[in-house]
Parts: sequence; structure tokens; C-alpha cells
Amino acid sequence: MIRLEQVSKVYKTSTRPALENVSVQVDKGEFVFLIGPSGSGKSTFLRLLLREEVPSKGRVYVANFDLTRMARRRVPRLRQSIGCVFQDFRLLANKTVAENVAFALEVIGKPRHTIKKVVPEVLELVGLEGKAERMPHELSGGEQQRVAIARAFVNRPLMLLADEPTGNLDPDTSQDIMLLLERINRTGTTVLMATHDHSIVDSMRRRVVELDLGRVVRDDARGVYGVGR
Amino acid sequence: MRASFVFSEVVTGLRRNITMTIAMIITTAISLLLLGGGLLVVRMIDNTKELYQDKVEVNIYLTNDVSASDKECRADPCRGLRSQLESDPAVERVEFENRDQAYERFKRIFEAQPELVKLARPEALPSSFNVRLKDPDRPEVIIQTYKGKAGVDSIGDQSQFLDRFFSALNGVRNATFFIAGVMAVAALLLISNTVQLSAFTRRTEVGIMRLVGATRWYTQLPFLLEAVVTGIVGALVAIAMLVGAKLAFLDDVLAQPIKSGVVKSVEAGDLAFVSPILLLIAIVISAFTGYITLRLYVRT
Ligand SMILES: Nc1ncnc2c1ncn2[C@@H]1O[C@H](COP(=O)(O)OP(=O)(O)OP(=O)(O)O)[C@@H](O)[C@H]1O
Ligand SMILES: [Mg+2]
Repeated sequence: MIRLEQVSKVYKTSTRPALENVSVQVDKGEFVFLIGPSGSGKSTFLRLLLREEVPSKGRVYVANFDLTRMARRRVPRLRQSIGCVFQDFRLLANKTVAENVAFALEVIGKPRHTIKKVVPEVLELVGLEGKAERMPHELSGGEQQRVAIARAFVNRPLMLLADEPTGNLDPDTSQDIMLLLERINRTGTTVLMATHDHSIVDSMRRRVVELDLGRVVRDDARGVYGVGR
Repeated sequence: MRASFVFSEVVTGLRRNITMTIAMIITTAISLLLLGGGLLVVRMIDNTKELYQDKVEVNIYLTNDVSASDKECRADPCRGLRSQLESDPAVERVEFENRDQAYERFKRIFEAQPELVKLARPEALPSSFNVRLKDPDRPEVIIQTYKGKAGVDSIGDQSQFLDRFFSALNGVRNATFFIAGVMAVAALLLISNTVQLSAFTRRTEVGIMRLVGATRWYTQLPFLLEAVVTGIVGALVAIAMLVGAKLAFLDDVLAQPIKSGVVKSVEAGDLAFVSPILLLIAIVISAFTGYITLRLYVRT
């Protein structure tokens, strides 16, 4: 599903590589935590998978796409098979919950009747039935993140990338979001989540890939956040 | 491609930057108006030239005593001049007009100004040969041959006057084209700026669109169409102004010279000829500018 082969990434404006000789493989249906201190390269890792960035060295494969050789015009196809959520939700403030979710389908040209059918379904899946007509500012942080997850998942992507999705949420709400991500994972969707949150990682007991200064320093099949941190 | 989606994006985009949109429409319209004006002048020059093409004459005016004594051109030097002109290879046709006929013609031309007619007397007008040339562009041949001959007072060359008239029109045309060009640069920069501004105000939307895998068409077509739509509106405004100008004052100003056959008027046909050109130029330029701007300044 995801394969990085000896990937290095050096941003033009910095001397230290953001990622250095990283090789990681993630299979279909896995749930993987990407952890590490600030600046260790977690977001860079995820951006490579989305082809927001291209590696300086090495190869990146995502769902049969060879990202290092991919033509620019094929990038949308790749991104349609990946769902994304972020710490800051990134909802459109002038659209309702339902419109925010529908937007993701409209802009990739899905027919109207499909949108009408699947949007309520996914809102129910994330537990937002009855709040479809609310505006984002009328929702709590946890609810906003659910909308973002609904938007990421509505096109049934092969994988879900989450960059610190609980970074702005309190522990209880974070727990709810994690339950939702688990649920999505159980549908067969690969989930890759970058996080700083010790308790979440420790309680879930899933695969943990730890980065430090751009290098993979640990890859445990059923890991914890780590001692002494 | 969902047309309704793109359409609503375009409308929101134009409404959000309404002041920029208006500025863009105004500059585009003015630039196109000037261009259209220039094109109409070109048409007018062509039409008027056609009008004169076969009428250009060289007038050989005879001296006062010949005009007074020889009204039928029976004696020399008048008769000699006539036969020389008739056998001249550069001449197509010669007409003799005595001072009485000249006076009649004068009265006809200035029918509308009786006080002018009252002032003039036949004795003030000379007899003349009106010479039509085989090659209307080369009157100097005739002028050189007949200047200073006995009985010839002066030689009037209409083409000289026409040359001055046309070069004045050409000057007007060049000036409008020049100002149109300058305004076009302003319009171009405004279009580019508006597209950038539009893309900036909608960067969140565009970011999400890119993230969920929208193609470049979806992310950029709304911006491109915004530019094209304002371009079209600007062109329509310019066309409306041209039509308005024709109806409001051009017809009045030119009424007299048109009636006396001096110039050709700007006709509906000329506007019909110029309008699609303006529209096409507006579309091409705004689409091109929008496209280049998106290429250069907006990440895909
Ligand atoms: N666009 C960029 N241009 C230049 N340097 C960058 C860019 N993005 C990230 N970096 C650098 O690359 C390194 C890794 O950044 P990255 O954002 O991947 O870290 P992170 O693990 O996500 O950190 P955090 O936990 O704070 O989000 C950092 O040193 C950062 O300064
Ligand atoms: Mg990060």
C-alpha cells in the first residue's frame, strides 16, 4: 500500500535533511502511528505520500503509483484515493456541514445524485446526523474534526492520512476521534496518523514508527509512545 | 465537469471582488472602445477613399481674361489647351466648364447658405478644365506639363487636399490605437492582479480542492472564466458605447459632410464588422492573461 525506499528529503531552504534514508512499508488495512519530536519529519513524511513534495532521493510508492515518476496530471487521481485530516480541520467557514462534505465530491466531478446519497451516509458514520445544516462555527472542535474526517472519507479512499488530528482537542474528545478512526480502519482503510499524544498511542497498542531528526529510530508492531518522554 | 459548480464559483468570485471586477470591466471597456474607434476610423478611411477613387480630378483654372472673353473655348489659347489635353496619354477625360456653369455649380453646392451665394458673382469665378486622370495617384505629370502655359492661371489638385485629409484621419487612427494599447496594458495588469487576488481569497478552497484530488480544470477554470466573463462584459460595454456614440453625436457631427458626399458615414455594417473583433480580442486576451497568471503565480 505504502512503500518508501531509502527516501531522503532536503528542503531547498534548509541544510539539515527533513528525512534521511527512510525505508518504511505499510500494508493494506494497517493502522500506523508516526511519532517523534517536533521537527522530526512527520509532516514531511505525509506530504511525500500526497506528492505535495517530491523526495530528494529514494523512491515512494503509494497504491501502485510510483510517485517519483508520476506525471503531474496524474496527481489528482492519486489524491482521490487518499483522505486527509489535519490539526486545524480546514473546513470552509461559509458552507454548512453537508456542503463541506459535498464539496470534496463536487470538485472531483461526482454526479449530484451520488452526492445526495453518500453525504448523509458518511455524516451518520461519523456521528453527525442531525447537524448537517450547521455552520462550522456552530460546532465544537471535536465535531468539526468529525466533519473533516467525513470529508476525507466520503470518497471511500484506500488510506487516511491524519496529521495530529487530536492536536487541538481535549483528551475525551480525542478518544472519540480515535474510536472513529479505528472504525474507519476496520472498513479496510489504511490509517497513518502523526501524533504527539502519548496516551493515545499507549492505549491503542498499534504499530509505531518513530522518527528523530529525519531518521527512523524505531518501528514496533504493537508499540507504545516510549519511556522517559 | 459540473457546469453548475463552476458557474456558481465564478459568480461568487466576481461578487467577492466586486470593486476589482468593476475596475477591470471599465479599463477593458475603455481600451476596447478606443480600439473599436480606431478600427471604425480605418473603415471610414477605406470607405471614403473608395468614394473618391474615381472622382479625383485636376482642375486647370484659366486666367481672368480668357474666362471672360472665350466662354465657348473657341479660340486659342483655350482651344489649344483643350486639344492638347484631349490627346494627352495621361488624361482619361476632359471637361470644359465656363464661368457661368461654375457659378451654377457654386449656387448648387451652397444652396443652404444663400448669403454666400448673394456675395458671389460669376465674374469672380474662372473657367476651368476638369481633368480626370488615368492614374489618379499621379497628378504631378499634368501639373508639370500645363503650369505656366498661356491662359493657365493655376492648377488645383484635389488629391493634395485628400492626402492631407487622409493623413489627418490616419493620425486620429494612430492616436486611438496608441491610447488603446496603453489602456490594454492597464487592463492586462488589472486582469492579472484580479486573478491573483481571486486565487488568494480562495486559497482555502483551492487548497482543499487540490487535497481531495480536483484536477487543474476544476481548480483553475473558475478563475479563468472570471477573467473571461469580465472581458466579455467589458467588450459588450465598449460595443454599447460605440453604438451610443454613433447614435448620439457622430451622425449629427458628420451629417453635413456626409450629405455633400465628402465622407462616408459610420454605418451599422461597420459596427457589425468591428463588434465581433472586439469581443474576440477581449476573450482571447483575458483568457490568455488569466492562464499565464495562474501558471506563474498560483500553485497547482
Ligand atoms: N516547506 C519547508 N521548507 C523548508 N523546511 C521545512 C519545510 N517544511 C518543513 N521543514 C523543515 O523540515 C523539518 C521537518 O519538518 P516537519 O514539518 O516534517 O516536522 P514534524 O515532525 O511534522 O514537526 P511537528 O511535530 O512540529 O509538526 C523541520 O526542520 C522543518 O523546519
Ligand atoms: Mg507536523
